[in-house]
Amino acid sequence: MIEALDLSMVNWARAQFALTAMFHWIFVPLTLGLSFLLAFFETLYVRTGNEVWKRITKFWMSLFAINFAIGVATGIILEFEFGTNWSNYSWMVGDIFGAPLAAEGIFAFFIEATFFAVMFFGWNRVSKGFHLLSTWMVAIGSNLSALWILVANGWMQYPVGMKFNPESARFEMENFFEVLLSPVAVGKFTHATSSSFQLACLFVVAVCSWFLLRRRHQEMAKRSIIVASIFGLFASGFVAFTGDEAAHTAGQVQPMKLAAMEGLYDGEVGAPLLIFGIPNLDKRPGDDLPAFHEAVGIPYALSFLTNRSFNSFVPGINDLLYGNPEHGVMGVTEKMALGKQAVEQLAFYKGAKKVGNEAAAQQALVGFEEISPYLGYGYLNSAEEAVPPIALNFFSFRIMVGLGIFFPILFLVFVFATLYDKVAEQKWLLVTGVASLFLGYIASEAGWVVAEVGRQPWAIQGLLPVSVARSNLTAATVAGTFFMFLFLFTVLLVAEVRIMLKQIAIGPEEN
Amino acid sequence: MIGSLELTQLQQLWWIICSLVGALFIFMNFVQGGQTLMFTLAKTPEEKTLIINSLGRKWELTFTTLVLFGGALFAAFPLFYATSFGGAYWVWIAILFTFIIQAVSYEFRRKPNNFLGAGTYEAFLFINGSIGLLLIGAAVGTFFTGSNFLLNDYNFVKWQHPLRGLEAAFNLFNISLGVFLIFNARTLGALYLANNLNHDELVGRCRRAAFVNLLCSLPFLLIILGGLLTMDGYAVDAATGAVSLEAGKYLDNLLGMPVVLLLLLAGLLLVVAGVYLAHYRKSTQGIWLSGPGTVLVVLALLFIAGFNGTAFYPSKVDLQSSLTIYNASSSHYTLTAMSYIALAVPVVLAYIAYVWRSMDAGKLSLEDVAKDGENEAY
Repeated sequence: MIEALDLSMVNWARAQFALTAMFHWIFVPLTLGLSFLLAFFETLYVRTGNEVWKRITKFWMSLFAINFAIGVATGIILEFEFGTNWSNYSWMVGDIFGAPLAAEGIFAFFIEATFFAVMFFGWNRVSKGFHLLSTWMVAIGSNLSALWILVANGWMQYPVGMKFNPESARFEMENFFEVLLSPVAVGKFTHATSSSFQLACLFVVAVCSWFLLRRRHQEMAKRSIIVASIFGLFASGFVAFTGDEAAHTAGQVQPMKLAAMEGLYDGEVGAPLLIFGIPNLDKRPGDDLPAFHEAVGIPYALSFLTNRSFNSFVPGINDLLYGNPEHGVMGVTEKMALGKQAVEQLAFYKGAKKVGNEAAAQQALVGFEEISPYLGYGYLNSAEEAVPPIALNFFSFRIMVGLGIFFPILFLVFVFATLYDKVAEQKWLLVTGVASLFLGYIASEAGWVVAEVGRQPWAIQGLLPVSVARSNLTAATVAGTFFMFLFLFTVLLVAEVRIMLKQIAIGPEEN
Repeated sequence: MIGSLELTQLQQLWWIICSLVGALFIFMNFVQGGQTLMFTLAKTPEEKTLIINSLGRKWELTFTTLVLFGGALFAAFPLFYATSFGGAYWVWIAILFTFIIQAVSYEFRRKPNNFLGAGTYEAFLFINGSIGLLLIGAAVGTFFTGSNFLLNDYNFVKWQHPLRGLEAAFNLFNISLGVFLIFNARTLGALYLANNLNHDELVGRCRRAAFVNLLCSLPFLLIILGGLLTMDGYAVDAATGAVSLEAGKYLDNLLGMPVVLLLLLAGLLLVVAGVYLAHYRKSTQGIWLSGPGTVLVVLALLFIAGFNGTAFYPSKVDLQSSLTIYNASSSHYTLTAMSYIALAVPVVLAYIAYVWRSMDAGKLSLEDVAKDGENEAY
């Protein structure tokens, strides 16, 4: 099935996807969250008739547009990259994965594209009510597009509603609603969107804090802060709730990811959740070295997070690799042995079919069907390949969670400081407000690192490793386009940041 | 209801849907055409800004149609998506780049402190409208002239040419299709602007440009039609699925599917009629004939490529690796589920039409753009 593996090509393709996705994600959360803030601001304008709210809406809208354009530009790259760099993947799971992408186009992108034009250019051309509806439609359309792509991503993390068809040698959909409503898909959507609302609120708070520090546009800044902080506070609660659910679900369906996030090598009953630790980088699965130089944890918390029971067993990396019969954990080594048989049976089946030996083909098929769930493991070269990078997951998870606790506190302080009209004098708070925007981006990107690095080496969890999912390209080709994208992204980012800073410096229209 | 359709019926339905989205994209390429026209049509910076603002209200619809075209092909014919994108790598990467730079150019062009300068963003728009369409044309041309790929038993693609897709641009038929797309987009662009702008002089220039660009497109159209009617085509044996080269296959397809022949002729007539109205009758409604005309022509071309026992994505180097709408498609279940989703398409078209009408009720003038102000106008 796979000829000589060119791992370096796979790694370039991974790097390219990571680069594109992370660059795309600089802009998307702001689009998702700011679109709703625009809708709130404009609703306030329409309900109160106060022109200040209109000016506020138009100012944030101008920043939204700059950000939106580059989000669109980078979004199409991801769609192309599935085909260009991951063509085997596109064929093997296109039957399932393509549907959400097409639905995204039909249900979401056209709403965004159509009403975006009204939102920007319709102020003097359509009625107030229709304009407001358009602004809401942009917010709904943006977030619907997030729904569909996150359904696709959720399916990659937890492939449900499908079966492998040996005839076509691909995975085929059996139940669309299982794909759409899988707990991972729902969790991804709610967590990603709520954290995006949080980031957009941080953006508004940061820009307004800067205005207040410079003593400019003070009324507009305070009004914007109060709306953004309250929305941010609600969003933060939702982020925490959905984040807890996401970790719980990962523990159930992606135990290796959870073990990597915790640096947990040997499973425990009543496992602690580490607050902080210094992972031992020399530690390898199966050896006797300690996993951490130092670590501080909350007793039993990981068991509760994973299984909603304080005294439950949480499997560690070693259990997942080498098996733990006592706790009913099947190891990767065992799965690999079955997977290699499945690969052989599939090849035998295809060979027998080709020469028209139907009896032999059926016999191979029966053997294959029994062990087909382990097919993906047959392409691993060693069990240890199934372990994602530990330190990166461990720290990314802690950065995300730590900042996720900090942001609601910050929003709360801003709400009170603004309500008591003290915000303009609190220089320390305003400086923190400005700085928090960068923390917001770090938290948001860290979340995706946990989600995506945490499931390596799988393109489709447990079914399709990246080494099979790739295209037939040389490492030099993919490295070439990697640097082309890197150059392009750098230029676009410089342009975007310069334009954005200038627009902020110009500020909203004054009376 | 849809679930009771045969797999072959669903495959045909989805070829029609994908073809329709592709055809609408080519119609919406009036945006790309306008992007290459603005340098000659506009005599002052204000006029150029007016043109860009007129196109800027539509570019995202075109872009989204392209994204949907890709998404629909991925969902309905994943083997095509995998084979073409993973195989013809460089041509798709090049096309991709021309659309990335388009997406930022409208918004960034006039913004202060934009790093690259307005001229660079305008050049990006020109590249998108010229090289982008040329390469799309070349890529679509391979539906008839064939590509250089092999598929193994697991349908994994191996491309057999070092240029990885760019070789398509060195074939007269393919390149003619690309050049035709450029001139057709310019014709449509001129007609759209004539319809959308409130600027008598500029509209006059648009009318003339529509006529001139139609004339420029004709030689390439002749090459395409001549090639199509005389070239060997990739025929699929209905019983065995074996692919073979057949003399006059596409001519046979046209004669064997009179409806398609009718679509082609009606489409060509409508395109010419739209330009005639604009140029000789001083009408501003030409786009509403030439646009749908373009849709019909593209539909006819894609139906010739995919129907009547034809491989729509043939391999020159290994005929049996060629893709047909039957061997490249998704499963019965997925095509059924997708068909239910596609029922929303009329609703989408309806609200697009409604918004378009509301926004374009008054034609765009220099004063409108000035009124939109620095922050909103492109």
